[in-house]
Order: sequence, then structure tokens, then C-alpha cells
Amino acid sequence: MQSSSLIRALTVAMAAVFTAVACGTSSTGNAGSIKILAAWSGQEQASFFAVLKPWEDKTGIKVNYEYSRDLDALLTTRVGAGNPPDLTAAPSPTTLTNFAKQGKVIALDDKIDIASLKSNYAQSWIDLGTINGKLYQTYSWVAVKGLIWYDPKNFQAKSYNVPSNWQSLLDLQTTIKASGVTPWCIALESGSASGWPGSDWLKEIVLSQSGPAVYDGWVAGTQKWTSPEIKSAFTTWGQVLGPNDSNVYGGKQFMLATNFGDGGTHMFDNPPKCYMHNQASFITTFFTSAVPSLQPVTDFNFFPLPDITAQYAGAHVVAGDSWSMFRDTPQARSLMNYLITADAQAIWVKRGGKISPNKQTPLDAYPDALTKESAQILVATKIAKYDATDQMPADMRAAAWKAVLDFVGDQSKLDSILKTLDGVQATAYK
Amino acid sequence: MDFGVLLSDLPTLVVVIVGVPIVLAAYIVGGEFVVRRLPDKNRPQVRPWIWVGPAIFLVAAILFIPAIFTVIQSFQDNHGNFVGLQNYANQLADFPSGGAWIAIRNNIIIWLIFYTLFVLAFGLALAVLFDRVSYETVVKSLIFMPMAISSVALGVIWKFMFWYQPPGSPQTGTLNAIVTSLHHEPVAWLQDQWPNGLAVLNNLALIGAATWGITGFAMVILSAALKGIPGELLEAARVDGAGELTVFRRVIFPLMMPTIVVVGTTLVIFALKAFDVVYVMTNGNYNTDVLAFRMYNLLYLSHNPAGASAVAIILLIAVVPVLIFNLRQFRAVEARR
Repeated sequence: MQSSSLIRALTVAMAAVFTAVACGTSSTGNAGSIKILAAWSGQEQASFFAVLKPWEDKTGIKVNYEYSRDLDALLTTRVGAGNPPDLTAAPSPTTLTNFAKQGKVIALDDKIDIASLKSNYAQSWIDLGTINGKLYQTYSWVAVKGLIWYDPKNFQAKSYNVPSNWQSLLDLQTTIKASGVTPWCIALESGSASGWPGSDWLKEIVLSQSGPAVYDGWVAGTQKWTSPEIKSAFTTWGQVLGPNDSNVYGGKQFMLATNFGDGGTHMFDNPPKCYMHNQASFITTFFTSAVPSLQPVTDFNFFPLPDITAQYAGAHVVAGDSWSMFRDTPQARSLMNYLITADAQAIWVKRGGKISPNKQTPLDAYPDALTKESAQILVATKIAKYDATDQMPADMRAAAWKAVLDFVGDQSKLDSILKTLDGVQATAYK
Repeated sequence: MDFGVLLSDLPTLVVVIVGVPIVLAAYIVGGEFVVRRLPDKNRPQVRPWIWVGPAIFLVAAILFIPAIFTVIQSFQDNHGNFVGLQNYANQLADFPSGGAWIAIRNNIIIWLIFYTLFVLAFGLALAVLFDRVSYETVVKSLIFMPMAISSVALGVIWKFMFWYQPPGSPQTGTLNAIVTSLHHEPVAWLQDQWPNGLAVLNNLALIGAATWGITGFAMVILSAALKGIPGELLEAARVDGAGELTVFRRVIFPLMMPTIVVVGTTLVIFALKAFDVVYVMTNGNYNTDVLAFRMYNLLYLSHNPAGASAVAIILLIAVVPVLIFNLRQFRAVEARR
């Protein structure tokens, strides 16, 4: 009896599976589906879905979205297993550059609408996605780095002025420190990318202090880390941090233990724990989700990091999420073409935190005066350079991030830190 | 969950649900059919191999052969050229802080000693103490519960326990709330490389979290061994005038020794392959790297499979003596029965 009821149960289970199979196949539309892998979660993911919605409605294509903060590792596994996503949006081009060199990424030249890309994008964005003469990556949303965020009400209360040059920035931090408050909030924790917000400081200082030639050599691995220019960038940042990181709220423990998104919000504490926070334009989303009552311009505003060397005035570091295609399907082509349009990009731009590289995106689309201003900075930048560490080989980038953590931990170890970086540089570019 | 994913690859689904059992059944029936044809005296020689065959095949295919490839790859560069011991030289360069040395030190000294000792000590103490109370089952279930938590969730929970806020701010981390209530400055448990950059404190913080997760496992096994000790022996010792501590030291402990050794060696292997807690809580920063995590980083982030293979082999070499010891111990326990 027992065995016959077992068989009956199995039969029922099998029948259920086959029914499900039958239903499944019949309900799948003809439009097909697409697999996307990106690093956006939470509010950013919601914004991305809002961008996809009109395209999904129009084409009927179903999007399977997956995200991971450990995107590099996941992508490497998936590509290695022969099961890559159709499209990925990577926060840095390094990973994709590796895959492009191995021939795992599809060249886009004859796959997407190149004419529209060329007429709507600045050449520098196209160059950035080009490897060995072929286009592999496109950019949909970008950010300006090196923006110093502050609370205008706090500045007004203490009658601090926005610094116009490097010396006045240093003077301002001395004044703030003399009043018994730490001038800066800096937070470096970011999972496997911990340290990157500090590397942003270094890039901006290198570009503004030593100029684009040194910056390019540094990216390409020909400028040694122990060279006076790069060492000077570290010591200049050390002046900002102060002796034993005493210019930063909570000192090194807070910097190392706090997630990059949570660092700046202490400007809005009462009384403020710090007065300034250096972060790219996307950080506004983190401000408003931590303290929903904050209003742009009145509660938080920014000034660009002051120029260090007059000769290189107006230099800015920019960054963005790069799209690339691992499987050439009609759905993937369609979405790639959609993502380079101003219409698609404007949807996220309106939701805040992002700047569109497409020239057709109207300035009106920016939700507030601040993002509009950062978009104008991007357009007006005299010397625009893409994020240095994000263009370095993965080994070099990881070592640079780790160097930031080590430097913050003990600034006196700078020489040995730079020597280690030189050692990595000697092998990472092979 | 979206079951549509399962349906997108129907042939595979059918093969897995229907094919695999059919093949296995056919193998067993077919194997027995062949064995029955054999002369009587040969059957006992052949039959075990038929049954053990699939297991041997799987072990060879997914463990043994890849291990050999890993050994080969550790002597090659990333383009397949033979480079001798270069990968090992890279990993073992610049003692004591370069290459893999920090990871080796953390694994082979800090993790191996403290993790094993903490878990054994807590496991043994809890097993012996709870043996004497009426609510034993309830407390043991509670202590065992963290075993059911995935190590990633465990890491996240403990990250909150170790949370740091600067002095003067409300401490949201449990440990720092306690520490500050004792009028001590809050401690950045996971970042503080106390003492003097040797990074003992933060490694112990990680080990503490891992210990919490595994103590239940050690306790349950040790408790089972404790129950196996005949009551007459303990009674006889007590009648002879032995105090409770002497009973533990002279009777219980020696009789539990084989089990303690087996649990201990298993824990040593766990310590050597530590990964998840480090990955979730510190990402190997602040001198908390371990070999398994270094291997992962070299493979996936640095795209350096040759270096990763060398680290894997270093890890393997570290584990082999423990494995051999463990197997011998198993055999000794078997022989005593």
C-alpha cells in the first residue's frame, strides 16, 4: 500500500511539473527577454526600473535584472562559465576592458546606432569606450567628482565664506578647527571597494596640482607612485586630513568604519559634526534618504574643489557607469540603442543624482538648481579626465584603494606605502 | 521567485528530473546483472567497485583532476608558460608584510590557534556544565541555533554588533554601547590594528564572530561523547573521594580525549579555510586577510589564476598534515572500539 501511494504522489508531482511547463511555454510572449547585471540597488534600482518602463511597455520585452555589489567577481564567474548576462552596467570600465581584450565583449560598431551616438555625445565619452579602435562601452549616466558639499545655513551661522582658491580652503579648515569642530566628514568603507572615496581626493589633487600629462602617465602606469608629483598629492591630502587625521570627524576609526554614503550626513547633525564633505554629484540621494527634510540649495550646496595650480584651473575628474554587451541579441541591441537616447537618460536625471552625457538632454530635466549646476560644470570643464583608478588594471586599482586605507591609518608610513604601489605597478600592467 | 527561469531551459529540466534517476537505476541494475554472471568467487571482488564507482568518478572529476590542474597552473604564468617557482616566490616575497605573508600569519597562527581553542573551550565547558542541569535540552538548542544562520548573515549581524560611532555620539553597536557605559572610549573593533599595527584585536573580533557561529556544533558532539561515559565510572571515582574537578580532570577529560581531538582537527581545517566572515566584515583590509580570501581576490579581481593557484597549493600544503593526523585519529578511534 505504501509503495502505491508513493507512486501516486510521484505521478501527481510529475503531472504538476508538466502542466507548469506547458503553461510556462504558452504564456511567454514573442518579444523575448533580456538579462541585465548591474550594481544598482535600492533607490538607484528603482530609478533604473523607471527608465526601463517605457521601453518594456513599447517592445514587450521582459527584463531579468540582477545586481551585485561584488559585480567584478560575479561577472568573471558568469563569463567563465559561459553564462554571461546580455548587458551589464559596470561602475568602472576596468573589468570590461579586461573582457574586451579577451574578446568576451561584443564590439558595438555595427550593432548600435553609431550615427546618433556620434552626434549626441562629446568625443571624449566615445573615446573612453573605445579599445583598439573598436567601441565596446557606452555611457548613460555620469557624475562630476571633486564637489565639496556644505550646509549653507551652517556656513552662514559662522559667517564662513566659500573658498575660492586652495589656500583659502586650508585657511577655512584652520578657522573651523580653531572653533573646536572638525572641518571634514570623510567615510571610506565600501565593501570590496573600500578606500575609493579617498582615491577620489588623490585623483583630483593630482589633476589639479600636476596637470593632465602627469595624470595620464599615472593612469597608464608610466608615472611612478614614488615620483614627487604623486607623493605630493598624498601629502597635500594629508594636509586636509590634518596630523593623525585630526581634521576629520571621528578620526581614522570613523573614516575606516563608516560607509561612504553615511559620512556626509553628519554635516546636518545639530550641532554639526563637520562642515564639508567631498563627494561626486550622486551623493545628494544619500543626503535626502538619510534626512528627508533636506532641500537642495538651502540645506546643502557645493563648490568645486578649488584649483591648486593656476595653470591647470578648471580641471575636473568625471566618472560614469559603462554599458557593454556580452550577447548579441535583438533585445540587447534595442535596449542599448534606447539607453543612449536623451529620452531614456532624462528619466533618471529627473529623479536626481545623475548627469546625462547626451547633449540633447535639456537642462530643464535636472530636478533642482544643484544638479543643473553640476551638469553645467561638466559641460564647461576645461580639462575633463575620467576617474584614474577606474582605468587602471584591477590589481593596481585594488592596491590604490588599500593604500588609501593604510595612509589614513598611519600617514607616517607614506614612503613604504608608495614603494608597495610601485611594486604592484611594475607587474599589474603586463 | 521567478520560476520562468527554470522553464527557459526545458531539455535540461527534463534531463535532471527524469534522466538522472533513470541513468542511476540503469547503472545499479546493469552492474548487478553483470556481477550475477560472474563466478561466485569473483563476485566479492567486483561488487564493491560497482557500488563505489560513481563516487570515485565524482571525486576524481570534481576534486582530484582539478587539484592536479591547479598544481600544474601554479608553475605556469597566466599565458600557460612554465615559470617554475615564480608564483610561489611572488606570494612569499617581502616577509613579513608582503605577498601572502599577512594571510599566512592570520590563518596559521591567529585563526588556527584562537579559533580552535575558543570553540573547543566553550564547547567543552558548555557540554559539561549543561549536562548537570534539568533544562539542558532547551539551552543546548539555543546555543546550537547560530549553526542555522548562514555565515554571511552571521557576518552582517556581527558587523552591527561591532558598529563604531565617534566618542560623544550614541553608540548603536552593542559592544561599543557596553564599552562606553564602562567609561571607556569606543573601539573600532574591525579596523583597530591593536597592538601597534599587529592587528590582533580585529582578527580576534572576526574569530569571535566565527566562534559564536560554530560553538554549538562542537558542544553537541562533545556532549554526545560525555553521555557515552558510563555512569558507574564517575560514581566509582566519587565514591573513592574524588572532587568534581578531579573527576573532570582525571576521568571525564581523558575519556573524551579522542572526540576532542577529532573535533579539534576538524576545527583546524575550518580555521584554515576561513573565508565568509572575513569577506563580509572586513574584506581582508586592515591586515585581516586570510589565504582563501586572497585566493578569491587574485582569481576574480586581479584576473591572476596562476597566483591564485599558488595560494591554493600553499593552503593545501598547510591542510595536508592536519588531514593525515585526522585520518590516523579516526583509525585509532575505530581500532579502540
